[in-house]
Amino acid sequence: MKTPRTTGNRIIEYLNEGKRFDGRALGEFREISIETDISNKAEGSARVKIGKTEVVVGVKIDVAAPYPDSPNKGNLMVTSELLPLSSSRFESGPPKFPAIELGRLVDRGIREGKFVDFEKLCIKEGEKVWSVFIDIYSINDDGNLLDAAGIGALIALKTAKLPKYDEETGKVLYGELTDENVPVSKDVPIITTIHKIGDSVIADPTLEEEDVSEVRVTIGGSCEGKVFSMQKGGSGMLSVEDMHEVLDFAEKARKDVFSKIEKYFK
Amino acid sequence: MTKEFQRADGRGIEDIRPMKAKVGIIPNADGSAMFSFGGTVAIAAVYGPGKMHPQHSQNPEKGTLRCNYNMLSFSVTDRIRPGPSRRSMEISKITEWALEPVLMLKNYPNMVIDVHIHILQADASTRCAGINAAALALAHAGIPMRDMVSSVSIGKLDKQLVVDVDKHEEDWEEGEGATDIPITMTSGENITHMQLDGKIDNGELKKVLELARKSTKKVYEVQKKALKDSLNTGK
Repeated sequence: MKTPRTTGNRIIEYLNEGKRFDGRALGEFREISIETDISNKAEGSARVKIGKTEVVVGVKIDVAAPYPDSPNKGNLMVTSELLPLSSSRFESGPPKFPAIELGRLVDRGIREGKFVDFEKLCIKEGEKVWSVFIDIYSINDDGNLLDAAGIGALIALKTAKLPKYDEETGKVLYGELTDENVPVSKDVPIITTIHKIGDSVIADPTLEEEDVSEVRVTIGGSCEGKVFSMQKGGSGMLSVEDMHEVLDFAEKARKDVFSKIEKYFK
Repeated sequence: MTKEFQRADGRGIEDIRPMKAKVGIIPNADGSAMFSFGGTVAIAAVYGPGKMHPQHSQNPEKGTLRCNYNMLSFSVTDRIRPGPSRRSMEISKITEWALEPVLMLKNYPNMVIDVHIHILQADASTRCAGINAAALALAHAGIPMRDMVSSVSIGKLDKQLVVDVDKHEEDWEEGEGATDIPITMTSGENITHMQLDGKIDNGELKKVLELARKSTKKVYEVQKKALKDSLNTGK
């Protein structure tokens, strides 16, 4: 059910006084909890909860031909599905725009953030490369699926091992993992979504807060102040000064998120 | 700014490629326009506001803006398969978000405004050209707007910021490579669209926004002239 208008108006009144329904500060995340290896058939997988929001992310790895414009680089494909199981708002059927956007934003965060060393995923130039699929599924939507999906994708990649590959038969021997990790960088690109609601800029919105938001900016970047990907969403607009505030807010949010997931990247 | 930075086509770093804009190019449409940045050519047509079908898609609170961005199969070097892709669906939505803030959709409950955008010829910055054409087509259709929106891409090639990225520049690989930042602003200097792919310092983005503020003004002048010209010729 969509948030009733009276609740929405109250959320905005509260935010204008710098307060949120759940008592969090404007830039504060809900509790983030992470579980890895949630599926033994996947080469890497993770479950991420941010408050009551939950996603599962799996990595499958195959051998395929490279794209003609990158003959010496592995492939990456990120898709997402917003399962009807996770919210009465989602319907079954081909992915609609929100699911497509989620996959694309996570894809760009990882790709532009140079998290995966694609050249190391080349087996034989022009013929065979490792092809990495990251699939994201929503399990419970209580807002901010995007940031949860971004974290899940990073951790699933970090924990993934390449499967064994029989060069002679050209078959991937699934179930027999090697000790070889997916080549990922030490610099972890984090995606956070910042909303402007009323006069307030907030991180990690709940579903109710998302319902009243008219503008958001999803920003992928490093903890060292680099920005790799950005996308403004929603039917509202931002002044240049608002955008400055959003950028600074996002940088703080990235550091905050990273401090909570840092142990998985050591 | 380094003086020695040379763009392949000889443009100055803040120069936009020659822009062309024309409204009233499709007689059947309620509003239509063409907008080009050099070799990037976009056309757009507006149909509506009209009744939304099917009925269950109607929104009694406000009208719906429905944009469809599409690249013609022959608009790029390697033919693209006709039909929607994940990329084109995203750009369609981004275009809706770029235009919606200046429309008064509350005045059109249960109605839909359709905006069809097609790229005839692509030399990068196609979404910006598409948004510029769409905004012109909406104005030409006589749909009340709070403001005009104007779009331009800012690029960072290695360390140098440039305005209006072309295909050659988009594929820049030297140094830090290319960062592409399409931005759309109202003439009142509000941001209705911004995307980024690449790598840039948080602080440098403030310079990017300043450059966008200056450059969208130039686009706005071209759009304004096109609309005025259409009145003079009585189209």
